Amino acid sequence: MTLRRLRTEIARRLAGGLALVVLVFVIAWVMVRAFGLFGTTGNLPQFIVVTLNGLTLAGLYFIVASGFTLIFGLMRVVNMAHGSLYLLGGYLAWRMVQHRALNYWVALLLAALAIGVVGLVMQQVFLRWNQGQDLRQALITIALSVILADQMIPYFGASAVSIGAPDGLAGSVRLAVYDIQYPTFRLVVLGLATLIGIALWYGIRHTRFGMIIRAGVDDRAMTSALGVNVQVVFAVTFFIGAFLAGLGGVLGGTMIALAPGQDAAFLLSSLVVVIVGGMGSLGGALVGALALGFVDQLSGIYLPAGYTNYSILLTFALLVFVLAMRPTGLFGRR
Amino acid sequence: MRIGRLSGWLLLKRAALAGVLLVILLVPQLFSAFVASSIGVQALVLGIAAASIIFLNSAVGMVSLAQTALYGIAAYTTAKLAVVQGVDPWVAAMAAVGVTVVVALLFGAIASRSEGIYFLMITLASAVITYYFFSQVTAFGSHEGINAVEPPRLLGKPFVDPTGMYYAALICSVIIYVLIRYLRRTPFGYALQGVRDEPVRMRALGFNVPLLRTSAFVVGAFIASIAGVLLVWYNSNISPGAIDLTRTIDLLTIAVIGGLGRLEGAWIGALLFTVVQTYSPAYTDRFETLIGLIFLAVVLASPGGIAGIARSLDRFIRRRLGESVDAPALASGRQP
Repeated sequence: MTLRRLRTEIARRLAGGLALVVLVFVIAWVMVRAFGLFGTTGNLPQFIVVTLNGLTLAGLYFIVASGFTLIFGLMRVVNMAHGSLYLLGGYLAWRMVQHRALNYWVALLLAALAIGVVGLVMQQVFLRWNQGQDLRQALITIALSVILADQMIPYFGASAVSIGAPDGLAGSVRLAVYDIQYPTFRLVVLGLATLIGIALWYGIRHTRFGMIIRAGVDDRAMTSALGVNVQVVFAVTFFIGAFLAGLGGVLGGTMIALAPGQDAAFLLSSLVVVIVGGMGSLGGALVGALALGFVDQLSGIYLPAGYTNYSILLTFALLVFVLAMRPTGLFGRR
Repeated sequence: MRIGRLSGWLLLKRAALAGVLLVILLVPQLFSAFVASSIGVQALVLGIAAASIIFLNSAVGMVSLAQTALYGIAAYTTAKLAVVQGVDPWVAAMAAVGVTVVVALLFGAIASRSEGIYFLMITLASAVITYYFFSQVTAFGSHEGINAVEPPRLLGKPFVDPTGMYYAALICSVIIYVLIRYLRRTPFGYALQGVRDEPVRMRALGFNVPLLRTSAFVVGAFIASIAGVLLVWYNSNISPGAIDLTRTIDLLTIAVIGGLGRLEGAWIGALLFTVVQTYSPAYTDRFETLIGLIFLAVVLASPGGIAGIARSLDRFIRRRLGESVDAPALASGRQP
């Protein structure tokens, strides 16, 4: 028995150590390539741009995944339609700003609110009455995502579209170093993600509603027994989670593009972010989003030439390493 | 009188089952080549793939979304070896099964330490990553995929004469059905059942729960890989579109429509799916919406799927017919 425990302990340490070694190696490799150490030719401006790309993409991932993890943490609902809500939000805003019918920021807010309502309806109609049956709820949201994805094609077309950035933010900004031109809107997304992160953190840590959410995450039955109307809390949380997906969709539609298949892409990124970070943890979502954003962007540039189309394997490797060390993710709890 | 009606019902059921089996056996003779091919072969192959989901769910309580990716790996390996390297189809098929099992060991080892909804999410992530892998890597034809895969000469040309392909798929289906039924009666099967119902207690009893889960996952991958080999032989090509998220969900839909708890459900669901897929374009061009609605209806109304509905219908009729005859026995039989 003790031998067995010793063995699992050693195995765990080994996995952790190995992960650390790999991490150090990856950072060293990127640094060597970026700064041109040991006689190689470096490219610092490229490194800065790629790092910024990673950061801004991480911001977008964080916005989308924080909604996913919020819903999961409180209700144990894996919302498989999260990617569809993302895409629908983007498309709605795209339609609204088409022909400049509406101001960008108004459209952003309206689309996100509309998606929040869609999520709320989804929860009230389909999920509320089978609480606790998490597999069944996941299957229901999968069915809804299939229907949504298929219905979006006739309304919004099958080719990629992108939302025009608002006036003044469409161009690029000159950074102080190396005369780098960087798209302004990506920086705006990063700023918004930071704001949303702070708002969520403050809301959850320092408001009464956040306190109730935290209590609900820890012990749903007890919270309910203390006189909190848990159903209202669930409804509001689902609304916020879907709202964030819709918001992410508008920002992503401006920063990248909207197309059928983007729903799957953002469902995957949300899944990876919360699996890596730990499901239900906001801090975990932040760390997971940063990890995924950097892996996505850096692997496209810094993998040895000829191997860059294997970059998706690094995402998988990220998943493997984290789960090998901590089966519940970095900040996850059982 | 009542006894007569009850045994009459049982007899009727047996006769109906025998009739259905006879029709299944004679599909290439009874139906046109089109039906035998696009409904018969497809339903059997998809049924095998769905059977791997149902096996994992009913034996170990794990719902896996990685099965499409696993059959994709088998299909890609078969295609790559046969078309690009010129290997004999049978050898390619066996290598494909081997490769899939090895990949499944990796997937399973990662996912097996989590359970329930976590397992679902991790397998889904593995599946989507596999899709991106095959759509990006040029060695596997990226978006094009691999074309002109030929089945072994023994099976003939699927689109001209599906007979050979049909019987190959049928034999594989039967073998897999019997294999799974047998496996559940072995000590391994009982250990899996223990893991499904009481993982904590099983660990306390000294069983290696993650190892058992991984082994079950590998068995599931073996089943899925056979579906993959048959699929690539039948379609004569494989592309990332055949293993994307939509197809993953389609396969889950088949398993859920058929019934996640009953093995027969896999082929029943696959038959219904292929019939809808083949004949719905005449009425609507939104096939996925239709499938999604059926899926939603089944999940909302009857989580047991069609196999579950059939079973409770049978129980209902038996109770109505035999109620006064041996009510105590039936009543005790209904106890959970």
